[in-house]
Amino acid sequence: MDNPSTYNYKVVRQFAVMTVVWGIVGMLVGVIIAAQLVWPELNLAEWLGYGRLRPLHTNAVIFAFGGCALFATSYYVVQRTCHTALFSPGLAAFTFWGWQLVIVLAAVTLPLGITTSKEYAELEWPIDILITLVWVAYAVVFFGTIMKRKVPHIYVANWFYGGFILTVALLHLVNSCAIPVTLTKSYSCYAGVQDAMVQWWYGHNAVGFFLTAGFLGMMYYFVPKQAGRPVYSYRLSVVHFWALIFTYMWAGPHHLHYTALPDWTQSVGMIFSLVLLAPSWGGMINGIMTMSGAWHKLRDDPILKFLITSLSFYGMSTFEGPMMSIKTVNALSHYTDWTVGHVHSGALGWVAFISIGSIYYLIPRLFGKEQMYSIKLMTAHFWIATIGVVLYIASMWIAGVMQGLMWRATNPDGTLTYAFVESVKATYPYWAIRFLGGLMFLTGMLLMAWNIWKTVAGAKAYDAPVLAPAGQHA
Amino acid sequence: MDINDMRSIVTVLAFATFVGIVLWAFSGRRRAAFDEAARLPFTEDELPGEARQRKEGKAS
Repeated sequence: MDNPSTYNYKVVRQFAVMTVVWGIVGMLVGVIIAAQLVWPELNLAEWLGYGRLRPLHTNAVIFAFGGCALFATSYYVVQRTCHTALFSPGLAAFTFWGWQLVIVLAAVTLPLGITTSKEYAELEWPIDILITLVWVAYAVVFFGTIMKRKVPHIYVANWFYGGFILTVALLHLVNSCAIPVTLTKSYSCYAGVQDAMVQWWYGHNAVGFFLTAGFLGMMYYFVPKQAGRPVYSYRLSVVHFWALIFTYMWAGPHHLHYTALPDWTQSVGMIFSLVLLAPSWGGMINGIMTMSGAWHKLRDDPILKFLITSLSFYGMSTFEGPMMSIKTVNALSHYTDWTVGHVHSGALGWVAFISIGSIYYLIPRLFGKEQMYSIKLMTAHFWIATIGVVLYIASMWIAGVMQGLMWRATNPDGTLTYAFVESVKATYPYWAIRFLGGLMFLTGMLLMAWNIWKTVAGAKAYDAPVLAPAGQHA
Repeated sequence: MDINDMRSIVTVLAFATFVGIVLWAFSGRRRAAFDEAARLPFTEDELPGEARQRKEGKAS
């Protein structure tokens, strides 16, 4: 067991396939709640209402779709760049089945209204304990593999994955601290503004480490591999990593501008959010410049299209984010659909695109095929998804700015110009466009599922042999 | 020394550490090691076809 002759691709295959399955489920729920905003009659039952389904959507796309993509790619990358099979195949299998159980429990409890009410941390305490067990096993498998590596270096992608695993453990343990009263109900350890600050320290770092650092790990492996050339600047990638680690932790207060949070804390959050622009753009430039000399490959390689476009969206949303964290901008944008547009520019444009590109890269390699069943279908997926994202974020930008302006408009005598419901009414057309954009993105995922089905059907699972590292000083 | 002095010191130390990391990353003597690390994803092939070619001694 210590020195198997092939890499452990089984767990990678399982997570890669479930990435697509949960992606479709999570995005379908997103399309349903987008439709409920346009047609409120669709709130058919209590457990199918917007309020219950919205946390189901966020949990499904972040932790089920994004989580499975991170597990799949991190297990693949760490084995291959360390030239050794995964440490403890048993624990690796446990992380797969344990994580699927977490997802199923979330899909049952959230529609039932069982929730801690903490955004992106809604799951109740028994599920939190299961998440902790899975996460510890994940850390053991990942760092255990790094410890038995056959090469002196730890490739930069693994630093990002490792940072993501450690930080998410810390965030989860601190924010989920709660006093249980029954099996399905607990109360947070924190009260008042401390509770809010802990929650958004968690919430923003969930964005920074779950949705950014982990996916940057993907970027640093799959972009160079698919472009066929090493990363543009390895030293920049080292600085990129440490700059993110030193900065992200302090950006959370920008979610609590103009609240009971002390003013100085809000300013600290705003300053650190602005500083974050530097490492974010450093990383984006590093990824995109990796293409220099290989730009022609972008013409007919849909995987590269996905990867490079994801970096463009990463650059856009990491520019937009710091701007929105400026208090005066936030006074306009906060609580509006602009925030929703910003999140999806990152979630669909960056996180989903880089995951989709990476999964398209992985599937043939995990099933012993030369390439995907249909390259044309992949290209179609790329364009449908891109147009979908653009429709989504453009409509939410317009809707958000409009809402912010309507809410702050006052008459000469100081009364509000518009009732809240007037802004709701004015937003309907934009919600309809957003629904269309989301539907297009979901359609792309269905094309992907079909393409993968045709690639995998009749193919045998393939485990690549562990090869001795070439050209490395042991 | 009260806790706020400690907080200031930690902030300054963290910043100094980061500056140290930047200098270390851009120092000339790390160049060879970084170049080697950057080639890590390319030290082996991975398509089933490539693996076959390698066995048959056809890989370039």
